[in-house]
Amino acid sequence: MSDYTAQTATETRTAESEAGFGDYLALLKPRVMSLVVFTALVGLLVAPGGVSPMIGFTAILFIALGAGASGALNMWYDADIDAVMKRTAKRPVPAGKVPAGEALTLGLWLSAISVIMLGLATNWVAASLLAFTIFFYAVVYTMWLKRATPQNIVIGGAAGAFPPVIGWAAVTGDVSIASVLMFGLIFMWTPPHFWALALFMKSDYHKADVPMLTVTHGRAETRKQILIYTVLLVPVALGLAFTAVAGPVYLAAAVVLNAIFLKGAWDIWRRDEEAAEADGYLVEKKVFKFSLLYLFLHFGALLVDAIWRLI
Amino acid sequence: MPLAETHEIHKRRFGRNFGTALCLVGFCAVVFGLTIAKVREGSLLEAHDHQPRASALPISEELSQ
Repeated sequence: MSDYTAQTATETRTAESEAGFGDYLALLKPRVMSLVVFTALVGLLVAPGGVSPMIGFTAILFIALGAGASGALNMWYDADIDAVMKRTAKRPVPAGKVPAGEALTLGLWLSAISVIMLGLATNWVAASLLAFTIFFYAVVYTMWLKRATPQNIVIGGAAGAFPPVIGWAAVTGDVSIASVLMFGLIFMWTPPHFWALALFMKSDYHKADVPMLTVTHGRAETRKQILIYTVLLVPVALGLAFTAVAGPVYLAAAVVLNAIFLKGAWDIWRRDEEAAEADGYLVEKKVFKFSLLYLFLHFGALLVDAIWRLI
Repeated sequence: MPLAETHEIHKRRFGRNFGTALCLVGFCAVVFGLTIAKVREGSLLEAHDHQPRASALPISEELSQ
């Protein structure tokens, strides 16, 4: 091979694999960010006191950026297992578009910027909570527990549950029973939501040596765990109705939504694999879709009650 | 090969540079807006005009006068 051929080959490879702006955005997991923005916004808006719109906007922006930073750190560390699994193989790092080192650098810089800016814009309690959330997701979940225990989803759910607490702290500068219950709502919702998905999306986690409950303990046990976590979720969701942030709209929504979710979890538990395969996991798919609505409507109802109080 | 020929990679690089520029401009706008919001939130600012006035004196001195 001549020098010219070698050079052309290298240029072609570089051109094909060079990242665009969208690839760097993809490192921040924009879909996860949308949930973070919504729940943090509700936490911020229902908190007593209120902040100026500009400070509120800045707080949400940097909470979202902090979530994105932890996503980039997750993609840096998990590049090896992402490359093995079909669902994640096209992510920028395993696809070879963004070097792993750049994902790490981006994640670290965005973490620092988001925490410092949130602290300057609001207060250092909110900033510390954001720093802890990034640490929890990137180190405790991604580096440690994800590959160590089938309860990884339960623990990882904590990182996703922090945004409303941070939004609340951005306004009040503290953590209260209402913000802890908002945390509890997302924390207890995550396992049944994710395991319902795991039952019908037969993912290739085993190829990547990631212990998932459906693989390590079987599908029957997963169905039981969905019911257990849903039963534990109900008092948390209803308990939030009796705090100062909630009102009649939330109470009515929580009663109806929890009754439907509980019925769905019960139906999942009562079924076996044969019945599920026969109807193409109809119940599991319905419960998964409803779980998305469940969380959105709970936080939406809190927002409606907050607006109701203002009128 | 003419120097001016544009390859797909140039478009991608332009997109990346443009995106980065937008982020930087956005960041400056956020910092500016935040500064304005913070200044408006604070107490009244009084410039020093080299003239003694009640609000510029320590409380004890103000009371003794």
